[in-house]
Amino acid sequence: MTVLSRREWLLSDRPASRRQARLGQVYRTWLGFRSNWLAMVGLAIVLTLILVAAFADVIAPYDPVVGGDLRTERFLPPFTDGHILGTDDLSRDIFSRIVHGSRLTLMVVVLVAVIATPIGLLVGTTAGYFGRWVDVTLMRITDIFLAFPRLILALAFVAALGPGIENAIIAIAITSWPPYARLARAETLTIRDSDFINAARLQGASSARILWGHITPLCLSSVIIRVTLDMAGIILTAAGLGFLGLGAQPPQPEWGAMIAAGRRFLIDQWWVATMPGIAIFIVSLGFNLLGDGLRDVLDPKARK
Amino acid sequence: MSDTTANGGRESALLRFLWKTVKLLATVALTFLGLLLATFLIGRVVPVDPVLAVIGDRAPQSVYDRVYVELGLDRPLYEQFWLYLEKVFTGDFGQSFLTKRDIVDDIRRVFPATLELATVAILIGTLFGIPLGVWAAVRQGRFADQFVRVFGLIGYSAPIFWLGLLGLLVFYARLHWVAGPGRIDIAYEYSITAKTGLLLLDSAMQGEWDAFKNVFSHIILPASLLGYFSMAYISRMTRSFMLNELAQEYVTTARVKGVPEWRIIWVHALGNAAVPLVTVVALSYANLLEGSVLTETVFAWPGLGQYLTNSLQNADMNAVLGGTLVIGAIFVGLNLLSDLLYNLLDPRVRRHA
Amino acid sequence: MSALLTVDDLRITFPTRQGPSEVVRGVTFTLGRERLGIVGESGSGKSQTGRAILGLTPAPGKATAKVLDFDGTDLRAATPAMWRKLRGTRMSMVMQDPKFSLNPVMTIGKQLLEALKFGAGETRAEATARALAMLEAVQIRDPERVFRAYPHELSGGMGQRAMIAMMLVTEPDLLIADEPTSALDVTVQVEVLRILDRLVRERGMGLIFISHDLRLVSSFCDRVLVMYAGRVVEELKASELKQARHPYTRGLMNCLPQIEGGVRPLPTLERDAAWAR
Repeated sequence: MTVLSRREWLLSDRPASRRQARLGQVYRTWLGFRSNWLAMVGLAIVLTLILVAAFADVIAPYDPVVGGDLRTERFLPPFTDGHILGTDDLSRDIFSRIVHGSRLTLMVVVLVAVIATPIGLLVGTTAGYFGRWVDVTLMRITDIFLAFPRLILALAFVAALGPGIENAIIAIAITSWPPYARLARAETLTIRDSDFINAARLQGASSARILWGHITPLCLSSVIIRVTLDMAGIILTAAGLGFLGLGAQPPQPEWGAMIAAGRRFLIDQWWVATMPGIAIFIVSLGFNLLGDGLRDVLDPKARK
Repeated sequence: MSDTTANGGRESALLRFLWKTVKLLATVALTFLGLLLATFLIGRVVPVDPVLAVIGDRAPQSVYDRVYVELGLDRPLYEQFWLYLEKVFTGDFGQSFLTKRDIVDDIRRVFPATLELATVAILIGTLFGIPLGVWAAVRQGRFADQFVRVFGLIGYSAPIFWLGLLGLLVFYARLHWVAGPGRIDIAYEYSITAKTGLLLLDSAMQGEWDAFKNVFSHIILPASLLGYFSMAYISRMTRSFMLNELAQEYVTTARVKGVPEWRIIWVHALGNAAVPLVTVVALSYANLLEGSVLTETVFAWPGLGQYLTNSLQNADMNAVLGGTLVIGAIFVGLNLLSDLLYNLLDPRVRRHA
Repeated sequence: MSALLTVDDLRITFPTRQGPSEVVRGVTFTLGRERLGIVGESGSGKSQTGRAILGLTPAPGKATAKVLDFDGTDLRAATPAMWRKLRGTRMSMVMQDPKFSLNPVMTIGKQLLEALKFGAGETRAEATARALAMLEAVQIRDPERVFRAYPHELSGGMGQRAMIAMMLVTEPDLLIADEPTSALDVTVQVEVLRILDRLVRERGMGLIFISHDLRLVSSFCDRVLVMYAGRVVEELKASELKQARHPYTRGLMNCLPQIEGGVRPLPTLERDAAWAR
């Protein structure tokens, strides 16, 4: 047998092992994804966000919280020496604040995903697996959460819990899980009665074991894709809460709160409110492009 | 033979429709109860003392105790919930700590502003969104398609409050094309009497065209912004529904018959896509309520959204919960409406309803 | 017999990831005012051949031919406007399943009128009368009711009759019937076929009958083309089916169950890679 190039090995019609088949599948998906330049732009933006958040201390030239000289360095317009995006009312470098703010944004996205995904999975798989009244009860609760517009419900929760970034994250997570539960339930219903589940049941596996060992892993991938698609929405909701003064509190460099703070100087010092908005816009556009590309590749029906 | 099957089909379709409606209404009732429970529970967790909210913090202990009992706070939680239900159903959401008025009155006062804004926005979103989506589907994979897609994605990605601020900066402060924050200039405020509360309608009915122009120049910017967001969603859904319909066999039939292409697109395919599109438009209308909270804050628009945020910032819990409840109820109502419309528009059910 | 339709070297290609794939590869035949059957298994290119004649090859597919001539019109160079004049009025097609081929949110009457309104200039009342007469001609007992009905209110057989009415109401010269009875119950199939047969014969139109059912085609058509993997492997008179020479045709014939003297084991269709070449 001749030695195949790695590419040929991956694209083979007749994979010799399960691993080759799976890797080939991943590679083909990647090829499809790569040919969509908009999705690649999205991926680049998200990777940049992660890198900027990781190396914020190195990248940011100034301290994000402590400003410079209040007499000489307030409201410096963009591109004045050393302040590429200008300074705000407290003489803080806007670029440095945005760079550090990327950490908060990333934290919100990750924590919401980490909290909401398991809740959604647990509720959805349980409802789907047990059916009957468990299903009815859990899905009714899910519907009630879905009955509120997300931001409004998050507002009510933050109002109850008190403002702050942690509470904002909890509120967003609480309002994010219902769609995942719906999805996980639908997936569970399609596999609940398949033979391998019955086989596990006959061997005496407990319900909990079947749920976590067999069903949840199968629902995981579609739920994760759905979470990725939602990330832009999460960022926008967090920014909205920040803008209303219910998210991160000053002097934290949260982008939405920065826009709110810059609002007072909008007419004369436009850059104070504009710059953080551009950051939010780019990052959520990145997540949207990425999610859109992922959906195109993984869901051939939607691509057409 | 064919006659009997058709009649049988008709009866069962009618039964199905009725059953569906009953189920739908039961679901809505349950959801609404859930809504009430949610707002009730949020109201109990909140660190604000409801008694102090009523009497202020200087009242003597005896007054405090009396009000504590009056508010039913000494009773078990389920009894309190029952009390809450009774109050809500008699239209009593309590008093606003901030305005010292009944919350129902407050909401009645601010609601037309939001309704007007959302209605103009959904008109803009639908009038532009559907043709754009159709255009993208017909030109699938070509420039038009990519353009509509990116245009929509930008709508999905920009924070609405930020776009609002930029819009004010550019179109109001710099270019003077539109009027600034608020619904109407003070100069015109007393030239129209509020009948419907919808200023565009009121001023037009009373022939106050100067006032109408002023109101229009106030509403156009926030409504366009909100409309842009629903347009992004509507155009995307229109595109996907149209792609689905254009691939159907009946489209080929129409082509075989020699029907012109415009008619195939706008009558045959869109006629079928319209059925699910109604749901999409109703849902966008509901989502505008969410967008309005942020937009109204930016544009100082005296509507429900601003009322809600104002109350939030002043820890006026009764008002917050009342507002949330109203918005939730409207949301549920619009969902119900879209379901009913769906059933009405689909001839498979319509003929027998 | 003058040729109504001449097809020479028709080729249809679809781009795929592995490069272009030809699904119809050099199909050639002529058709007069007669009934021609095209038989083949699914994927043999028979349906695509029918659609290409109407200029309805679905994108991104492309159809090319040396000659594609319909009654003196070169179809290869037809503009959209010319197609609209030809389709419906002079050539039309009955499709497989009325559940999908009729617009679900439009009444039968409206869809019928649409075929007429754009074909000939006449008043609405005249057109309605013609449409009702056509519904009667396909043996619908209560034409007024069907005229007002939505497709889902009709049974499969009724739907297909309405479809046939819709396609014949303009009295075209050529009708393509693409598996017109495959989606119907067996009991209704014969009835619908009989109606189709009578109308085609009365009006003296050319018919291309596409089916996978060799026996049905041979009992119903004058001539039969047998297609395999995008090619015509054999062309014969329906009456001379027994003298088929190509092994694929013979294989198809042997697969038909016989009432007397059954063969055991049941024969399966043998394929030879050489046929596809």
